[in-house]
Parts: sequence; structure tokens; C-alpha cells
Amino acid sequence: MNNKRQYEVVFIVDPTADDEVSKLSEGFAQIITDQGGTVTKNEVMGKRQLAYEILHHKDGTFVLLEIEGSGREIAELERRMRVNDRILRYITVRVDEDRRRAEKLKERRARKVAKRPERHGGPSRRSPAMEFAEASGE
Amino acid sequence: MSTNYEDRQRGGGGGYDNDDDQDRRPMGGRGGGRRMHRRRVCRFCIDKVDLIDFKDVRLLLNYLPERGKILPRRISGNCATHQRMLAEAIKRARNIALLPYTTD
Repeated sequence: MNNKRQYEVVFIVDPTADDEVSKLSEGFAQIITDQGGTVTKNEVMGKRQLAYEILHHKDGTFVLLEIEGSGREIAELERRMRVNDRILRYITVRVDEDRRRAEKLKERRARKVAKRPERHGGPSRRSPAMEFAEASGE
Repeated sequence: MSTNYEDRQRGGGGGYDNDDDQDRRPMGGRGGGRRMHRRRVCRFCIDKVDLIDFKDVRLLLNYLPERGKILPRRISGNCATHQRMLAEAIKRARNIALLPYTTD
């Protein structure tokens, strides 16, 4: 019915619960696959210091999940994360449209470069004024 | 003063080409005699960046001076599209505590 949407979910785990991190991320991946989505990436970004204190914690373990699915799986996942005491914060970003647009732009650029063989292989879309700016040490 | 720049950008047609920055260059000092504005081109446009990731803290930190505020476009030299992408990425990173809201 609908194309698979891609989401990136980043969440922060309580630093005192180091051993539970893999269990948590596996559990969430399981939830997603049970609901019919797919997990493309499951990456522990490591322990970092937080830019500000969250719930009296100064650092935490960051985990990244890349998910393909519809909004329903994400809603369920977020509900679980909200209930879980070990998760300090999470953010879900929908990335499929941005990535599609980036791909399109890259293709368009590649096509434009290919269409200009007379420019002796130089970089495309550089007008003389900009080359002057570049040369003058900008 | 920044609104003048926005209008000129839209008048140039599209937000993504480097050509918009070109249009800005010959009309220097239109904002009432202030010569402080840098005439740099957008660094993202030169590198042909299409996606600014909010997880890329090293890149985003370049646009956050010591107080933690987002650099305005007239200082950073970004084009409108990339400034918007950058601001959105910085705000997301702040949300997830990768970047500070303010440093004191």
C-alpha cells in the first residue's frame, strides 16, 4: 500500500546500565520486526558525554537504529521507549524523503557534468567570477 | 536587513544554485552602508552537500560559537537552503544532547 518509509531513531541509554544496552537494542529490533518492519542498521554509537545534564546524568550510551516501515511501528517503539526507565531520551527522524531528494540532486548533477564534454573535464557550474574568488584566496 | 537578502535570493530563482550567490556579489553594500558582510560563497554548495546529518557533531560545531548560538547566515556565508538544513540539524542535535543549547 505505501512505500516503506525510512526512519532513524537515536536514543540515549542510562550510563549505569551498560550491560543492558545490547539487550535493549535487540529487544527494540525485535519489536519492529514483529510489527512488520525491518531494521536496517543497529549501531551502538558509544558512550559520549552529554552536552547538558539529562535526569542528573552527565553521559550516556547512544544507540542508532535505522528502521524501514510505516508509522505504526515507530509509534509502538516510541511508546516502549517512553515507558522504559533506562532510556533517557530518543529522537525519531524520517529520512526517506530527504535521501530520495539527495539522490535525485546527485543524479542531476552527474548528468549535467556528463553533458558538458567541452569543459575539458573541469568541475561543473563554476562561472568565471567564482573562479576568481577561489583563486584570490577566499 | 536580513530580509533584503531573502528577497534577493528568491528573486534570483530557486534556492539551490550557486548562481544566487553570484547575484549577490556585484550588489555589495546595499544594506545601508555597512561593509561588514563577508562575500563568501556557501561552503556546502562548493562541496555539493545534499544532506546535513544531525549526528555529525564535528561539522555542526563549526557553526556554533562559544555561547552556543547558531551562526547567522551573513556571517557563515551559507545559502538559504543550506542554512535551513543546518539549523534544523543543529536543533535536532541539541534535542538529543549532542550539542548544547547554551554554554555559560
